[in-house]
Amino acid sequence: MALRNKPSWELLAEPDLSKVPVEELEYDALIVGGGMAATGTAYEIGKWMPAGSKVCLIDKAALERSGAVAQGLSAINTYIGENAVADYVRMVRGDLMGVVREDLIYDLGRFVDDSVMHFEEWGLPIWKQKGDEGKSLRDGGKPVRTGKWQIMINGESYKCIVAEAAKNALDEMGYDLHERVFIVKLMLDANKPNTIAGCVGFSARENKVIVYKCKAMMVACGGAVNIFRPRATDEGKGRAWYPIWNAGSTYTMCMQVGAEMTMMENRFTPSRFKDGYGPVGAWFLLFKAGVTNSAGESYAFSDAAKEELAKYAPYGLQPVTPTCLRNHLMLKELKEGRGPIYMDTAAALKKFMDDKKAEGMDDKALKKYWKELESEAWEDFLDMSCGQAGLWASMNIEPEKVGSEIMPTEPYMLGSHSGCCGIWVSGPNEDWVPDDYKWGYNRMTTVNGLFTAGDGVGASGHKFSSGSHAEGRMAAKSMAKYIIDNAGFAPALKESAEDLKAEIYKSVVHYAEHSKMTTDDMINPNYIRPRHMMERLMKYTDEYGGGWSPYYMTNAKLLEIAMHHLDMLREDSDKLACSGLHELIRAWEMTHRIWCVEDHLRHIQFREESRYPGFYYRGDFPEADAKSMEDGGWKCFVNSKYDPETGEWSTFKKTLHQIIPD
Amino acid sequence: MPSYVIEEKCDGCKGGEKTACMYICPNDLMVLNPDAMKAYNQEPDQCWECYNCVKICPQGAIEVRHYADICPMGGYVQPMRSSDSIMWTVKFRNGNIKRFKFPIRTTPEGSIKPYEGRSEPGPIDDGLLFTMAGQTLETP
Repeated sequence: MALRNKPSWELLAEPDLSKVPVEELEYDALIVGGGMAATGTAYEIGKWMPAGSKVCLIDKAALERSGAVAQGLSAINTYIGENAVADYVRMVRGDLMGVVREDLIYDLGRFVDDSVMHFEEWGLPIWKQKGDEGKSLRDGGKPVRTGKWQIMINGESYKCIVAEAAKNALDEMGYDLHERVFIVKLMLDANKPNTIAGCVGFSARENKVIVYKCKAMMVACGGAVNIFRPRATDEGKGRAWYPIWNAGSTYTMCMQVGAEMTMMENRFTPSRFKDGYGPVGAWFLLFKAGVTNSAGESYAFSDAAKEELAKYAPYGLQPVTPTCLRNHLMLKELKEGRGPIYMDTAAALKKFMDDKKAEGMDDKALKKYWKELESEAWEDFLDMSCGQAGLWASMNIEPEKVGSEIMPTEPYMLGSHSGCCGIWVSGPNEDWVPDDYKWGYNRMTTVNGLFTAGDGVGASGHKFSSGSHAEGRMAAKSMAKYIIDNAGFAPALKESAEDLKAEIYKSVVHYAEHSKMTTDDMINPNYIRPRHMMERLMKYTDEYGGGWSPYYMTNAKLLEIAMHHLDMLREDSDKLACSGLHELIRAWEMTHRIWCVEDHLRHIQFREESRYPGFYYRGDFPEADAKSMEDGGWKCFVNSKYDPETGEWSTFKKTLHQIIPD
Repeated sequence: MPSYVIEEKCDGCKGGEKTACMYICPNDLMVLNPDAMKAYNQEPDQCWECYNCVKICPQGAIEVRHYADICPMGGYVQPMRSSDSIMWTVKFRNGNIKRFKFPIRTTPEGSIKPYEGRSEPGPIDDGLLFTMAGQTLETP
């Protein structure tokens, strides 16, 4: 057997930096990211930038299939339609236990439908109610609603369609698209304080570093996955619920240049079909399936559940129970020995058939109806979670015959789904928006010229795919306005291109310096490989930061230990070693993950209550009642800031304003 | 390994610099070995089973063997994607087979003209998107 001390990747990273070129480019506006928010920005920005402007979108992957919608989706979860925008705000506020930026949510609600109508016009098939087939949303066609805000689509190619529109828009404007370039660090201006001036990244396809200068920047690279130990083991670890390539880059890169963060404690712990992480929304909403414990009881409607929910009044008493509290009830069953939790798919489908039979449908029609129903059930997985379909096929599970287990997963950080961590941004510059919520440019962070959208914007969850696209568009307009207002600004970097190159390739050089010492290049006392660092991070966040293994429980002492481990992880990240370009991606993703988890845990440390039971618990502050939820001193934002000058972190409260009445 | 390449079918996309699977993988997993002219998944435990490599492969050379830690052997889910629809074959461990066909797109691929027929933008100081020029902005 050959010795194992040879670099194993297909595209090797070059440790001789004299052979690694640095390209230096300058643009007016940069769009960092390629998901729904970034494609929204790409579509809108060309219409507002002065003629002759230079714009570039930089994607770590291929725009056609990047971001959270890369696989497809079976529903669009935010379409206002016949509803009132104010009710959308009430829904989001209620689900997120009262602490949200109502200005941002209301603002988004005004624009999201325009993006959905665009998707349909570009070619996305949207299900319509009987009689409205072929009638577009813009012409008043009524979509098939599964819930008040959700509509059904045939969404396998959702991202391809939206990406094509963005690409063609960039192309038509003469703008650039750089794919397979991973931006890993933002840079402030050398002269103007607290102002963005550029970023640096590297190519995943050739040994090359690229330094970009710009006047304004959109950073929208999604949330953070692979930050807590997953329930899966071995190769199943790839089956994360949120896209596994989301590495917290948005949060970390913006945090590192001093952007103020908000609600970073608000993680999302989704409950999904066990192991396959298939979506449950359609089963709950479209098929009206019930959830039972081991005794077959619908535990969520028991007297004990009602009593538990009442502790979290007013949120627990709402007609729709908030997502975290639904988890909380499920965890109570599991902890008290009444698991597993089952989604009763068989009974749900049987009821549909029985209802049709009772209506007098004949056998032939019933057979056809069943085919449609079965097809809808499978499409839900095949559109967005093929792995779950694979699990059902492997387990001989036919949903009409047997139910499937539901389980809360490992925690995720995101701002666009049913969680709301992210960056503190300005709201729209309008009279109704409180003064401390706005500073001139909508969706601009507290760093001048640095904008974000989608998962990047904190304290305003429930945007989903459509809302993220719309938010990217809204931000595009204010970016253009910022650039026009600051026309005289000429970005200048403090760092030299050569220094940046050395920083980016540090782990490659480190590998080359030490790898020959041992006969197995994975095991070496002088360095740590990115995958080992990931395992260490996940173990400690899980055990001390309230992952799934301690039932999402943590406390001040445990967090102190977690922080100690994170300190050492950060120190060790100086000794990361990479031999391939692919591994260099992983190394930088790890650096991003460590920083955003650190901020996450700092926020959990600071908020001395358990506002989001089911997502996480502070064991030292477990009690809740209606009074403490409203008047306990924590109905406020928790914000944090890393000072790039001093390297100090600060965490503090920010006032919450209610804009939409109850 | 979640996605795998059938050696006999893969032609390395005929000597191009990159293969279709390498172009599309959102997690940078698929790579070409230029000596063998075959592609492979370089980090199977980070595969999301998103099927983008499977769907794009011109040779139909990529399939998925579901996650070893959770899936008993024998299940098989394979798509055939055309420009307007996708056909799925779902084979169960017990040999049962189901087939499903879904529409994916109502317009020809590549046909999107992003700005055709859209309004020209209004003033940059109001909050409206360019497609909404002239409308009144709703306030609480």
